[in-house]
Amino acid sequence: MTSEAPSSSSTAVLELRGLHVSYGAIEALKGVDLVVNEGEVVTLLGANGAGKTTTLQAISGLLKPRAGEIRFHGERVDGIPPHEVVALGIGHAPEGRRVFPLMSVLENLRMGAYRFRRVPREELDRVFGLFPVLAQRRNQEAGTLSGGEQQMLAIGRALMGRPNLLLLDEPSMGLAPLIVSQIFDIIQEINQQGTTVLLVEQNAAQALKLAARGYVLETGTIVMSAPARELLSNPRVRAAYLGEGAE
Amino acid sequence: MTVGELPLAVRRPRRIDPRWLRLGGWLVLGALLCVMTSTEEGTPSDHWLVVRTALGSTKLIGWLLAGAIVWALLEVWRARGLGTVVSGRTAGVRGRWHEITGGRRAHWLFLGIAAVAAIVIPQFLSEFYQRVLVDQVAVFVLLAVGLNVVVGWAGLLDLGYVAFFAIGAYTAGYFTRALPVKPPFHLNPFVILPVAVVVCLVAGLLLGAPTLRLRGDYLAIVTLGFHEIVQLFLVNKNNWTGGNQGAFGIPHFSINIFGIHYQWTLASLPYWYLFIAMLAVLVFLFDRLEHSKVGRSWTAIREDEVAAAANGVPTVKYKLMAFAIGASTSGLSGVLYASRIGYINPASFPVVLSITVLSYVIFGGMGSLVGVIVGAALLTFLPAVFQEQNIVRQEDIPMWIGAILVVMMIFRSQGLIPSRRRRRELGLAAQGVSDADAMSETPEGRA
Repeated sequence: MTSEAPSSSSTAVLELRGLHVSYGAIEALKGVDLVVNEGEVVTLLGANGAGKTTTLQAISGLLKPRAGEIRFHGERVDGIPPHEVVALGIGHAPEGRRVFPLMSVLENLRMGAYRFRRVPREELDRVFGLFPVLAQRRNQEAGTLSGGEQQMLAIGRALMGRPNLLLLDEPSMGLAPLIVSQIFDIIQEINQQGTTVLLVEQNAAQALKLAARGYVLETGTIVMSAPARELLSNPRVRAAYLGEGAE
Repeated sequence: MTVGELPLAVRRPRRIDPRWLRLGGWLVLGALLCVMTSTEEGTPSDHWLVVRTALGSTKLIGWLLAGAIVWALLEVWRARGLGTVVSGRTAGVRGRWHEITGGRRAHWLFLGIAAVAAIVIPQFLSEFYQRVLVDQVAVFVLLAVGLNVVVGWAGLLDLGYVAFFAIGAYTAGYFTRALPVKPPFHLNPFVILPVAVVVCLVAGLLLGAPTLRLRGDYLAIVTLGFHEIVQLFLVNKNNWTGGNQGAFGIPHFSINIFGIHYQWTLASLPYWYLFIAMLAVLVFLFDRLEHSKVGRSWTAIREDEVAAAANGVPTVKYKLMAFAIGASTSGLSGVLYASRIGYINPASFPVVLSITVLSYVIFGGMGSLVGVIVGAALLTFLPAVFQEQNIVRQEDIPMWIGAILVVMMIFRSQGLIPSRRRRRELGLAAQGVSDADAMSETPEGRA
C-alpha cells in the first residue's frame, strides 16, 4: 500500500477541518480533522460512542455540523441536504445495514440508483458481479436475507449511486468471522476498481489489514492518525482495539 | 436442583379461570350497553336516573342473556378449536379467491362493477338515501381518499385535515360573493375548483414546510393547532368571514359553455354524479401516483427514513408533496360541499371532524385506496340506515362508531381491506424491525 504521507490536498477527495457536531447540548464531535485521498481505503477506528457514525452522518448530510468544514474534491459540502450529497458522488452504507425490508433485492438496488432517471445497467452488473448471491436472490424480500447478505445489499445499494467515495459504517457488525473476511475482500475489490473508501470499524484488526491509513477517534476527537502498519504495531492501539494478549 | 429442593415455599397467587373472567366481561358489557341504549336522560338533580332505571328494567335481563350467549358461543368455538378447523376448510376457497381477485384484469372488472353500481343503484333509492349518499358518503369518501395520501402513503399524522376542507369551502364562498369581503370578480364553482386546489396547496406548503422537518409527532400537534387557528379565524374575523353565521347563498354548479347549459339544483342525484366523477379522476391519478417514483419514495420513507435519505431521496420534499396533495383534495371537497349545501359556517368544520375522517381511513385500511373508500362509505352510510330504520338513536351513533373502531383495532388493526404492503409493515413494526410510518426522528431535523 502506498501514500505514507497524508493530506497532500491536491489529491484529497474528502477533507474534514475542525468538524463539530452536537446533539442538543451534547457535543459528539469536538473538532475532527481527517483527510481521504483519491483511491485510498482509510479507516476510522474507535469504541462505541466515540463519534464514528456521527462523523459519517455529518459527511453524508444526515446531520448538520455546528462548526467546521467538510470538503469533497475541494468544494464545501457541509450543511447541504443528503440527496444533494448523494448526487455529488458520496455513497453511504449506513450503520446496521438498514435495507428496506419489504422491498425485493432488486427494488433496494433501484432505490440506490435513485439519483438516476433510469437504473444504470453497468452499475447493476457491477454489483451483481461483486455479490453473486444478490443476483440469485434478486426477487427475494430484503428482510428475509441473512445478516451477511443484507450487509452486501447495503453496500451494493450504496454502489448503485455510482459514488467516487464510499462511506461504510461498521460492515462487520454482528456477522460471523467468515462472512466478515468475505465482505472485507469485496471492499478491497471495490477499492481496486477505483472507488475511494472511508471505512468506520470497531473490528480494528480486519480494518487495518485493508486500509492504507487509519484514524483513531476517542470521545469526539482524533487522538491518533498514522499509516495502518504503524497503528497495527502501536502498543496503545494494540491494547485498546486489538485485544492485546488475546492473539 | 429440582423444584422440591427449593428452600422457599412459593405461594401461588389464587387464579380465577379465564373463562369466568371472560363471562364477567361479557356481562358487564351487556349491562353497559343496556344503560347506553336506554332512552331516559339524567336530570341535573339526579345524574344517575338513567343508570337506575336502565338497570331496574326488564331490558337488563335481555342484555345480560345476550352477553352470556355470545360468551357461550365463543367458549364452544374456542374449546373445539373451530377457528383452525374453519380456516383449514376454507383454505382452498380462499386461495382460489386470491387467485381470482389478485390479477390485474379482476382489478379492472371490480372497478367497472363498482362504477356501474354507483351510477345505477342511486336511481332507485329514496330521496333520503340519495341525500345521505351526497352529503355524507360522497363528501367523506373524497376526504378519506385525500387523507390516505398523507397518512397511508407518506405515513404522516395529520390531525388538521378538515381545516383545508374549510379553507376550500370558504374559498368557494369568497369567489361566489357569499362572504362579506368581496372579490374583484365572480367565478363559477367549476372555475373555483382549481383555484381552491391552488389555495389549499399553498396553505399546505406554508404549514408543512416548517413542521415537516420536525419529528412526526410534532406534525400531529401543529396540524391540530392549525385547525383550531383556522376555526377561530373564521369565527372572529366577522367582517371577512361572516363570523358564526357564516355565509349563505353559495350558488350551485352550472355549465354554460359550447351551447351546453346545465344547472345543478337542490336535487341530490346530479350532485352524486358530480362527486363520483371527481372521485374517479382522483382515484385514477392517485393510483398512478402510488405506482410511480413518487409512490416508491413514500414507501422508502415509511420503511426507513434514514436509509431513504442516505440513498438520495429528498425526504422533506416528498413529505411536503403528500401533505400538499392531501390538503388540496380536502379543499376540492370543500368547494363541492359548499356549493351543494349552499351555506357554510365555522360549526360545519369542527376539529373532531378531522379525527372522524382519520378514523374512517384507519377503519378502511391505511394505504389502500379501495379500503379507505369502502371504509368511509360504510361508516357514513350504515349509521344513516340504522337511524332511518330507528335501530339506533342519532346521538348514539358516535358511540357505536367508536365501539366498532375499538373492536376493529383489537381484532383487525390493519383495517378492513388493507394494502398488502402496509399490513406487513405494521407487522414488522410491531416486532420492532422497521418503521411503518414517517413518525420517527427525521434525519435532517436533529442537529
